[in-house]
Amino acid sequence: MISIQSLSKKFDKIRALDRVTFTVNEGELFGVIGPDGAGKSTLFRIVLSLLLPDEGTVSIWGLDPVRDYRAIRKIVGYMPGKFSLYEDLTVEENLRFFASVFETSIEENYYLIKDIYQQIEPFRKRPAGKLSGGMKQKLALSCALIHKPRLLVLDEPTTGVDAVSRSEFWSILQKLKGFGITIIVATPYMDEASLCDRVALIQKGRILDVATPSEIVAGFKDKLFGVSGGNMHHLLLACRQFGGTATVFPFGEELHLTFNGGGDSSEELEKYLKTKGVEEVFIRPVSPDIEDRFMALMSRHQE
Amino acid sequence: MKDVHKVIIVENLVKKFGDFTANDHLNFHVERGEIFGFLGANGAGKTTAIKILCGLSAPTSGRVEVAGFDVRTNAESVKKNIGYMSQKFSLYDDLTVFENIRLFGAIYGLSVSEIRKRSDEMLHRLGLVQERNRLLRTLSLGWKQKLAFSVAIIHRPGIVFLDEPTSGVDPVTRRQFWELIYQAADEGITVFVTTHYLDEAEYCNRVTVMVDGKISALDTPANLKVSYDCATMNDVFLKLTRPN
Repeated sequence: MISIQSLSKKFDKIRALDRVTFTVNEGELFGVIGPDGAGKSTLFRIVLSLLLPDEGTVSIWGLDPVRDYRAIRKIVGYMPGKFSLYEDLTVEENLRFFASVFETSIEENYYLIKDIYQQIEPFRKRPAGKLSGGMKQKLALSCALIHKPRLLVLDEPTTGVDAVSRSEFWSILQKLKGFGITIIVATPYMDEASLCDRVALIQKGRILDVATPSEIVAGFKDKLFGVSGGNMHHLLLACRQFGGTATVFPFGEELHLTFNGGGDSSEELEKYLKTKGVEEVFIRPVSPDIEDRFMALMSRHQE
Repeated sequence: MKDVHKVIIVENLVKKFGDFTANDHLNFHVERGEIFGFLGANGAGKTTAIKILCGLSAPTSGRVEVAGFDVRTNAESVKKNIGYMSQKFSLYDDLTVFENIRLFGAIYGLSVSEIRKRSDEMLHRLGLVQERNRLLRTLSLGWKQKLAFSVAIIHRPGIVFLDEPTSGVDPVTRRQFWELIYQAADEGITVFVTTHYLDEAEYCNRVTVMVDGKISALDTPANLKVSYDCATMNDVFLKLTRPN
């Protein structure tokens, strides 16, 4: 089990982490979800023994990243957000290098990386710096896995990656989880939360919530409505002017809004919008998703 | 004959790099004031096409007209009449907010008094008046992106190109960013935008999806969902880019 207790870290005046606390269970696929600058990379670097915290403790199956950093580096695999392999070594040389650093061979744990590595194997003689983004990502993941880590830490592996490749990457993670590897993955994409066993929502160095995706969504207690009709921007402004709305956000093809007190003033809103010349107003109750919940938690923490 | 309503005209655009065809006979146009979503998988040829539209790269063949100018014969006029914001680099971290505005205003040839006036308007609109003299690097990513967008249209271009402007931005800021896009479109600026957030495709007037160098779909989000029998743009995208 990985246990993170009251972890804090400041850079100058910026509080990168503020009493971050959560645990990750053995074999879990755990998501750390939040925007750029939320503190995800700082958190990972402390957990991986690459950075010292100001306060707080981390325990990785009883090991302390400060005291037992050598032992920890043997059992973790890390894929940083920025491509960090040797660009002037070939695909194969990079993989062989990482295997030798961890005193193993490509062959020994090949079953772990087989599916991933086979996709880049045709390019095994190509320098890593000359690979496409998607291939670099697969190579980096192969290198992070070559010593069969007990814990795999992935920092934004899907950022800037298109929707198709993102969903393929998540099926790879599901498969790795099947091998018993504990996985912690950071992402700014809220829709990826539902692919994790549990997630921590993080914003400005603070944990907003830690739970299963369905529990997080269930925490959204206000009645949520989807509103559509006419020009989206005009509709948005009109809904704000109505006065009785607590939050109004564009959400895909409609607006998501809540009324003051979390109640239902949809009839009044519909009448109001008609006086504003919005034609074919359509208001319906909708189920919140993780992003609705994240935005609600964000505004609560800002107050 | 010039068509004043079409600010981008692309006819049979082909771009080859050696044997590789990055753009394979693209045909589309973009209307004035439209929010036009340009989607596609990584490596589909989006960046190549955007570079050509911005006058940074010449097409191998085909006709491309942007803001009334041919990108092949009049690339410099194209550059003066467009705005551009990239996902990675847009403003200087070691300059203050105002210094960034002044720099880009000057690059676009605005007078000192005009820069001052537009800067005040911009900072007021963004709620950044207090931050005028702060170093850019001390701002959050969300503020940087909002400022970068406003700077990209400081010279009131007819068109602005946005390359993944909301990547990594928090969900609230992402929506505030889209409100800026709506405002710009209301003021008659045409917005050409790429994104990996497919919910944002819904905010566009029309959307095109590129697959392997070709345009495989182009329509309003509502029509695309009907034609491909999908509930969301995410499903449309998956269906087009991974047909099996």
